[in-house]
Amino acid sequence: MKTTNAKTMHPLLRKFGPLLGCIVFYVVIMLLRKADIINGYYMQVMLFAGVNVLMTASLNLVNGFTGQFCIGHAGFMSLGAYGAAVITTMVFKSNSIPEAAQIPVFLLGLLCGGIVAAIVGALIGIPSLKLKGDYLAIVTLAFGEIVRALLRLIQPIGGARGMIGIPNYANFFWIMLFVVLTLWLLRNLIYSSYGRAFIAIRDNEIAADAMGINTTKYKIMSFCIAAFIAGVAGGLYAHVLSFIQPDSFGFVKSADYLVYLYAGGSGSLTGSVVGAVLLTILPEVLRFLATWRLVLYAIILIAVMLYRSEGLIGGKEVPFLRIKRSSLYEQPLFGRKKNGLSEE
Amino acid sequence: MATILQYLVYGLQLGSVYALLALGYTMVYGIVGMINTAHGDFLMIGALGTYFIAKLFDSMSIDGTYPMLAVGCIILIATVMTGGIAVGVEAIAYRPLRNKPRMIALITAVGVSMFLTNFPRALPFIGPNPRPFPTLFTPKTFNVLGASITSTQIIMIVLAAVTMLALDRLVAKTKIGAQMRAVSMDKDAASLMGINIDKVISITFFIGGALAAVSGICYASVYPQVEVYMGSWLGNMSFVSAVLGGIGDIRGAMLGGFILGIAQIFATAINSTFGYAVGFIILIVILLVKPAGIMGKVTIEKV
Repeated sequence: MKTTNAKTMHPLLRKFGPLLGCIVFYVVIMLLRKADIINGYYMQVMLFAGVNVLMTASLNLVNGFTGQFCIGHAGFMSLGAYGAAVITTMVFKSNSIPEAAQIPVFLLGLLCGGIVAAIVGALIGIPSLKLKGDYLAIVTLAFGEIVRALLRLIQPIGGARGMIGIPNYANFFWIMLFVVLTLWLLRNLIYSSYGRAFIAIRDNEIAADAMGINTTKYKIMSFCIAAFIAGVAGGLYAHVLSFIQPDSFGFVKSADYLVYLYAGGSGSLTGSVVGAVLLTILPEVLRFLATWRLVLYAIILIAVMLYRSEGLIGGKEVPFLRIKRSSLYEQPLFGRKKNGLSEE
Repeated sequence: MATILQYLVYGLQLGSVYALLALGYTMVYGIVGMINTAHGDFLMIGALGTYFIAKLFDSMSIDGTYPMLAVGCIILIATVMTGGIAVGVEAIAYRPLRNKPRMIALITAVGVSMFLTNFPRALPFIGPNPRPFPTLFTPKTFNVLGASITSTQIIMIVLAAVTMLALDRLVAKTKIGAQMRAVSMDKDAASLMGINIDKVISITFFIGGALAAVSGICYASVYPQVEVYMGSWLGNMSFVSAVLGGIGDIRGAMLGGFILGIAQIFATAINSTFGYAVGFIILIVILLVKPAGIMGKVTIEKV
């Protein structure tokens, strides 16, 4: 992959360009919101798009980079959503916390949601990832439905009616911060030695095993990290919508994330972002079609899979989400890059 | 005792619906190796199709009941139609992706399922509203040891059992069955042996779709309401029963269906939400003990 643009880019720009871009994007959106060009509805769609990016990127780590099949990802999202909501709404009685303590409580809630999801992820991952094959797919499918059914039974958190009155702390700033943080983290993870192990397992599990990679350990690790991110995303979702219900985290939701992932292109973080954002916006754009909306959405989805089955992005990455191997060896932050070690 | 027997009857009745649907799941998985998430929607199409075909035969009905011949025609047309739709779906949406990673086909199946649910919903003459299902079989109630059992239930349970046996014999004894087994073992080798893979897979989908239609008619005969969303959770549960019995195995699908149906009815008697979850809990327990399912065989991957 040789893009002249990335090659000639100034190293300083390479390093801080994405950050600068994010800040500019944030400021522009906030100005547009002030000027009321972006109304509350558009803002809401953008917030959901951000949550969906988090979910899709975390699913990508398991399905796209480690080659395992998790088809009940919404289960982790619901655990995170309930975990975070219980912390902010019930433990700390959201309407009685002082202004200054709101943010720490919110972050604590997200952390707890993520940890709950990661622990449960480890519990179901350990027995099912020891085996090769489709067991994880079936177990995660069952897990998603069990979580949903159990949450319906627990009356203190609202049972089937759901939980209301969750403070809507998750504004655009937090969503964007977590999206950027997650993508940065996942990029670095994927290009670390752990990430190479994940990719080796995806490409050929038996060969990876023979090369001395502890496949079970790495599969569980990837699965738990993905569960943690999904839990945090669920916490954000709860604090965007301020209402959660067990039934909104069913198989349909998990299938949505699979669709975002594979329509965008698995094995590529850019694909996850593009897939999640485009497919969150598409049904909203098609709203004028009323009942034909989902028919057209389904047709578009089938057409994309038939004619571009590697996904819209198809395994490519934008330069910012790709680490050039050459830049791992040389660190000239100021000054010209040497041409000695070039990738491929 | 009478209550337990009554629950058992209900369990067998629900189990036969699951079993008939699970047969399609398991055959498609066994031969093509994909999870056809749209399979539950074939059930919906079968049931909804029966409703409209029965409307065409309205002139033959007397007081809302149809003569035997008309019932036979209705069921036959609905079954063949649903089988045809299943073959069409396979040819349009799944066949081009046969050599792609399996997850791609799964995503396409999700899209197909979405289409099959929402297309009838968007059509003005079908719409999202539930409709009463016509009475195809006039139920006669028998009393066995205090439990009441209707003739419809007997027909359903017997039909499911007979279909399973017939299918099992078909796969084990006939030429097409041998071809199916060959394709499920190794597609390339089967193709080299002169087996028309496309034809075998089309027939598999036809059988799967037809069985889904039959199970839809069965389901709608005892819970007389049809709507466009009825396929999704029935599809999920029957997928669970297919996995429970060992996916890819016909007898396993049958066994899984009946186990799940009975367990679900008994659990629902305790708590309605628990009734839904129990199937998945049984599934996880079985997978932990015997990962390949009750009847499934563990395959060892060779390098």
